Amino acid sequence: MAFRDGPFENLKVPLVWTAVGAVVIGIVAAVLLLLSDRRDGASPYGAVRNGGDAAAGPVGGILAAPVRFVGSVSDAIGGYFFAVEENRRLKAEIKELQPWRDQAIALKNVNARYEAMLGIRTEPAVPLARARSISDARGPFARARLIDAGSAAGIAVGHPVINEHGLVGRVIGTSGNVSRVLLVTDVASRIPVLVDRTDARAMLTGDGSGNPRLEFVRGFGSVQSGDRILTSGDGGGLPRGLPVGVVARGIDRSWRVKLFSDRAAIDYVSVMKFQDFSLLVPPEVLSAPPLAGLPDAPPPASGSTAVAGAAR
Amino acid sequence: MKRNVAVRVVGPMGWIVLPALSCVVATILLATPVKLFGLHLPELVFPMVLAFAWPLIRPSMLAPAVLFALGIFLDIFWAGRLGLWPLVLLGVYGVVLAGRPLLIGQETPVLFVWYASATTVALTVAYAIVGIGAGNAPSVLTFLGWLVPTLLLFPLADRMVERFDDGDVRYR
Repeated sequence: MAFRDGPFENLKVPLVWTAVGAVVIGIVAAVLLLLSDRRDGASPYGAVRNGGDAAAGPVGGILAAPVRFVGSVSDAIGGYFFAVEENRRLKAEIKELQPWRDQAIALKNVNARYEAMLGIRTEPAVPLARARSISDARGPFARARLIDAGSAAGIAVGHPVINEHGLVGRVIGTSGNVSRVLLVTDVASRIPVLVDRTDARAMLTGDGSGNPRLEFVRGFGSVQSGDRILTSGDGGGLPRGLPVGVVARGIDRSWRVKLFSDRAAIDYVSVMKFQDFSLLVPPEVLSAPPLAGLPDAPPPASGSTAVAGAAR
Repeated sequence: MKRNVAVRVVGPMGWIVLPALSCVVATILLATPVKLFGLHLPELVFPMVLAFAWPLIRPSMLAPAVLFALGIFLDIFWAGRLGLWPLVLLGVYGVVLAGRPLLIGQETPVLFVWYASATTVALTVAYAIVGIGAGNAPSVLTFLGWLVPTLLLFPLADRMVERFDDGDVRYR
């Protein structure tokens, strides 16, 4: 009996139909998953995602180790050969920055006096957690990173992440020792920002490209190329004043932001354990009169009272 | 007299499991945080190669299941919405499976046209889904930056089809 006449003769048709059945079932399951999932912290599959991140984190750390080693060797060689030039540049930079430092000290003093006089309740200091980027898990339509610090370090969903230059993104998932950071360039990222020069508010909207768009800019002429963009703190999700980037015109003529965080590779980052200031302070304190921040005046001494009375 | 004929049997381990694992490893490798000449590593959708080659090699019930699993892996690894990449990959698999009678034995340029068309349509659907889900259209230039490198993976798909097509005499 020939092989084709054997029991496998009729395999082809059932195989095709079973394959079609598997495809249909898979597509239906995929659509159901797609409809029921979200990318932010409210995803019903958060545990699955965190488990995946916890597994991918150590692998990413191992792969990143040789890259860091090569980078550090390259930096060391460059530092050795360019030490004189670097020294000259740093001296010039220090000379340029010294007047700014003196101005900053003076302004800080004046600002503290104004705050005390006006009873402004400034935001408390935000504790930081340091972490390293261990995986650049970017794919089509996604801009995210894994960092090697998680809930064990006190990191929670929503915490902003910065590097030495500016805002990087915010945490969207945590497991024990790994967190996932949604970068400000991701399609799902929205950051309320302000233009430093005019105090105009806008929304920084990621679109997957390296330079997120500046949308909903309020006011006419309130933004121009070269303006500094800071976080506005509106909505309470981020602290006010984090440096974000500089405004530039995109090739599609829309306002875009060149990110400060892109000035160097995102390696070490700081996670700000930020909580909305208004949630930390009791409402009655926030609603107190403005001058309540001033300390009570000390009672006048008896001698000075008598002198004042005699003068009158 | 009975002659001994060498029968090459390629099991699922050879044409499904190992290529799938290779895609997972390649995807993880490309996620290494490194910049070369100021550029990130390319963003390639390696499983697209399998979604195109598998139905041409042989209809199978296991292949869609593995594609689904690969899609879930991509969703989790890239922090996308669960279901996006399974839908895209199975869509490509289903289209190529439906066109299999037309594609079997075709020349490489014809296969490339099909691969390019299927990949472009699939990534455009993904673009639309992501845009609608986020309420914000991703950058078109960036989209092209994802599409073109994935199209350049076609030689891998072609090589797979040549390597495993008719690899098992039972399916001739």
